[in-house]
Amino acid sequence: MSPLLYVAQRGTAVILAVAVAVHLGTILYAVRGGLTAGEILGRTQGNLAFFVFYNVFVVAAAIHAPIGLRSILREWTPWRGRSLDGAMLAVAALLLVLGLHAALAVYVA
Amino acid sequence: MNAPVPTASLADPTIEAAPYATLTVRIRRDDGFQAFTVARRPAQTVLDVVTEIQREQDPTLAYRFACRVGMCGSCAMTVNGRPRWTCRTRVAAVAENDGLTLEPLRNLPVVKDLAVDMEPFFQKWTAAHGAFEPGAAPLDDFAVVAPDSPERRAVDAGIECINCGVCYAACDVVTWNPDYLGPAALNRAWTLVNDVRDRGQDARLEAVSGDGGCQSCHTHMSCTEHCPKALAPTFAIAGLKRATSRSALKRFGARHFRRSA
Repeated sequence: MSPLLYVAQRGTAVILAVAVAVHLGTILYAVRGGLTAGEILGRTQGNLAFFVFYNVFVVAAAIHAPIGLRSILREWTPWRGRSLDGAMLAVAALLLVLGLHAALAVYVA
Repeated sequence: MNAPVPTASLADPTIEAAPYATLTVRIRRDDGFQAFTVARRPAQTVLDVVTEIQREQDPTLAYRFACRVGMCGSCAMTVNGRPRWTCRTRVAAVAENDGLTLEPLRNLPVVKDLAVDMEPFFQKWTAAHGAFEPGAAPLDDFAVVAPDSPERRAVDAGIECINCGVCYAACDVVTWNPDYLGPAALNRAWTLVNDVRDRGQDARLEAVSGDGGCQSCHTHMSCTEHCPKALAPTFAIAGLKRATSRSALKRFGARHFRRSA
């Protein structure tokens, strides 16, 4: 991978380390408290902090995951070249669209 | 820095061999494994065993050695599944149940029996810009390099590589990705990146980046674990990751954020 991809993957890893911990902590807290989906959505609706947090999470994941997936595919399959890079851009776009859509849905629900 | 090579004493258990003891040696040949029996001797090295077999039992056995004292890097083989320099490996230290299994180094084409073709190894060394680049014009005077400067210390840490290929054979990333330059070539590049006299740094940092470069290292540390000279190519590669990242970010910034005059 190029040095810039390397920096992007390591940089997003730092963001994800915090974001995943907060995300899992939030899930554990919500489940332990016995919150229902309706109650959770009631709290997240219109909550700008939640919206910004999950947008950052999604963008970091959409950058981080395809770079790692590209390395794995290059090591374990003969797939190389522009088709691989194009497919990884598509994976990044998919993660971005699905993730931002979900974050927006929770925000406006 | 190198670990000091321990001085053997008579109490060293790797020196003495039981009288009349024998060693069973399985050697990978072109058509599978062949077994030989060799007498155990005091302070016997794995290279001694191979030499005895070749001279007294089977002159067709192919292997490579030169200095016999751990300087030339010619005699590396896979001994009981681990890559080692055989001239400095005592049989008593590595034999399992009075047996040795010898194979050629991994990740390199086999020429015959225990001899491998080192050309891909040295091609990558060259591809990583492993030669000193003096620039177009020689310096007017000797460069003054303080022995305790961070650059000189970084060079010292990796300069004793003898290119034996042990780290290259130990590296799983080389197995998975044949384009990967490997620990020895990257370690060499790192010593030159820290050479303040060198004038080829941009090209070198470019050469050690990319899908075959330092960023592909998984930090398994097999190279550092197996290096017979106790060098740490993993840390050299980590240094290259930092240097290439800095250089790429600088170029990226200059390209996209430089103010127009």
